[in-house]
Amino acid sequence: MKAQSALEFVAEARTGRIDLEENTHKILDKVFASEKYNFFNSVSKDLALHQAKELNAKVKSGKASGKLFGLPVSVKDCICVKGIESRAGSRILSGYLPVFDATVIAKAKAEGAIIIGKTSQDEFGFGTFSANAGLGFKVPKNPLDFERACGGSSGGSAGMTAFADFPHVSISESTGGSIACPASFCGVAGFTPTYGLVSRYGLIDYANSLDKIGSMGKTVSESSLLLEAIAGHDEKDSTSLNEKISFSPAKSPSAKGMKIGVIKEFFGQGINSGVSRIAWDSIKKLEKEGAKIREISLPLNAKYAIPAYYIIAMAESSTNLAKYCGMRYGAHESLSGSFNEYFSKVRSCNFGEEAKRRILLGTFARMSGFRDAYYLRAMKARTRLINEFKTAFKDFDVLVNPTMPVPAPKFSEIEKLSPIQQYAMDLCTVPANLAGLPHISINAGLLQKMPVGIMFTAGHLQEERLVQAASALEALK
Amino acid sequence: MAGIKVDKDLLQRVAANARLNLTDAEIKKFLPQMHDILDAFSRLDEPADLNEEPSFQPVPLKNVFRGDKAGKCLSQEEALSNTKHSKNGYFKGPKVVE
Repeated sequence: MKAQSALEFVAEARTGRIDLEENTHKILDKVFASEKYNFFNSVSKDLALHQAKELNAKVKSGKASGKLFGLPVSVKDCICVKGIESRAGSRILSGYLPVFDATVIAKAKAEGAIIIGKTSQDEFGFGTFSANAGLGFKVPKNPLDFERACGGSSGGSAGMTAFADFPHVSISESTGGSIACPASFCGVAGFTPTYGLVSRYGLIDYANSLDKIGSMGKTVSESSLLLEAIAGHDEKDSTSLNEKISFSPAKSPSAKGMKIGVIKEFFGQGINSGVSRIAWDSIKKLEKEGAKIREISLPLNAKYAIPAYYIIAMAESSTNLAKYCGMRYGAHESLSGSFNEYFSKVRSCNFGEEAKRRILLGTFARMSGFRDAYYLRAMKARTRLINEFKTAFKDFDVLVNPTMPVPAPKFSEIEKLSPIQQYAMDLCTVPANLAGLPHISINAGLLQKMPVGIMFTAGHLQEERLVQAASALEALK
Repeated sequence: MAGIKVDKDLLQRVAANARLNLTDAEIKKFLPQMHDILDAFSRLDEPADLNEEPSFQPVPLKNVFRGDKAGKCLSQEEALSNTKHSKNGYFKGPKVVE
C-alpha cells in the first residue's frame, strides 16, 4: 500500500478521522525505536503529546484548521523551540532551554504542526557529513546503509525524513548546502529558499549572510507545503524580505517549454561518473517532455565559490561564536580567574575540533592586516559570482547539476579526508548558497543502492520555477 | 595572501584573540591544516581586477524603521532563567579587575 502523504494526512486529520493523541503516541514509539540511527539530539515527547491533545480539542470544537494540522514535524537542533533543549549540536549550549520560539516554530505551531524533536547535525552546521558532531553527541547513520553518513549538516532531518514510514516533514537549515547535501545522500526532497524569505529569528546562527531555514519532505509537494507554512516577512529579522511568493505545487507538473541550463563544470572533474550519468538521465527525461536543454558554463563560480564561501562563512561564524562564554546560558564552569581566563576555559573545553578550526581561521581572516586580503576580497568576489548567475538567468528558467559529487560515503572513507578535501565536496552546492539563490534537491536514482540527488537552482524569489521543474521530474519517475 | 605564513606564534596570537587555549597536540594538528587551507584559499588572489562593491548580503537590503514604541521583551526572570551565575537579579561574571 502506498504510504499516505503529508498533504493527505493533514486533510484527513482536519476532518477528525485521525485521533491525533493516539497517532502521536505511535509516532513517538517509532522515533524512540529509531534510536540506533541517532537522528535526534532530543525528543520533545511532552510537548508533542500536549500539542496533540490541544489539536484533538480543536477538532471537537469544529476549529480544526492549518496547513500542517496534526503533522509530525522534526526540527534541526539549531532552531530554538521554547522549553526544549536547543544546542545546535554543541556541548557549549548544554542545558540551554530557549524562553521563546523561533519565528518558524511559532508559524509551524500556528499551522497545527506537532513538534516531535530536535534533529542531529554537525556542530553549529560545520560539516558536510554530520560527522563533526559536538563533544558528547552522536553521529546520525544513513537509514539505507548503517556504515554511511546521512550528509550534513542537516543529517538527522534527512535521515528521519527517509526513515519515517509515516507522514512527517522536517525544518532544516542550510548555510552552504546543508539541506541539499543530506537530502541527496538520503534520497529525499530538500528545499532551500531565497535568502531572507524565511525568518532567521530564533536560529542559532552559523553565518548571518548565508543562513537559510528551509524544509525537507519525501516529495517536492511535502517540502513545499512546509516551506510555504514557515515563509514570510518578520520584523524581528532585519534581513527578512517583504515578498509574497507562491509555492503551490503545479496541478499538472510539466517542464514543457522550460529553459533549463546544465552547468557544465559540475559534470566534469571531481564528479563521480555514475553520478553524472544518473543526473544526465533525468535531464534527458525532461528534454523528452519538452524542456529546452542547453549547457552553460559558470567558470567563475566553479573556481572561486569554495574559497570565497569558506572565508565568509568562517569569518561570520567566528564572530557569532564569540558570544558563547559560559555566563548567560549553555555550558557553565565554576567562576574563577579573570574574565579572559574564565571565557577561554569554558570555550576551550566545550567547542569541538571543527568549531575550533573555523573559529581560528575566521578570526585570522578578520584580523587587522589580513582583513582586506581575505574577508573583503571574498565579499568582492561574491558580487562577481552573483553577477555570473544573474547573467545565466537571462537565458534560463532554472539551472541543474548533480547535488553532490558522490553518493553518501562510508564513515571509514570520511575519516581519511583532510579538512580541505571535505570542503571541496561542497563544489556543487556552495555557489547557489553563496549567492542566496533558492534551490531544491530531489532523488534522481540509485548508484550501487545509494541515492543520487539532482539539484535545480532558480533566480532570487523564483521558487515556483523550482517546484515546476522538480515536480515535473518527480512525475516522470 | 599567498605569501602569508602561519607559524606557531601567529596561531597562538589568533587563538588568544578568539579566547581559545590550544594544547600542544592541537597546535601540532591545526598548524599544517591552516597552512593547507589558506593555501587553497589563495586561489582568490587570481582575479587581478576585483573592483566590485563587496556583497555583504546576497540580496540587496533596505533600511527598515519602526515606530518608537515600546515592544514586548524578555522579563528579567526569563533572561536569567538559563544562567547558573546570577546575583540579586543580575548576571554574575568573572573578575574584571584584580
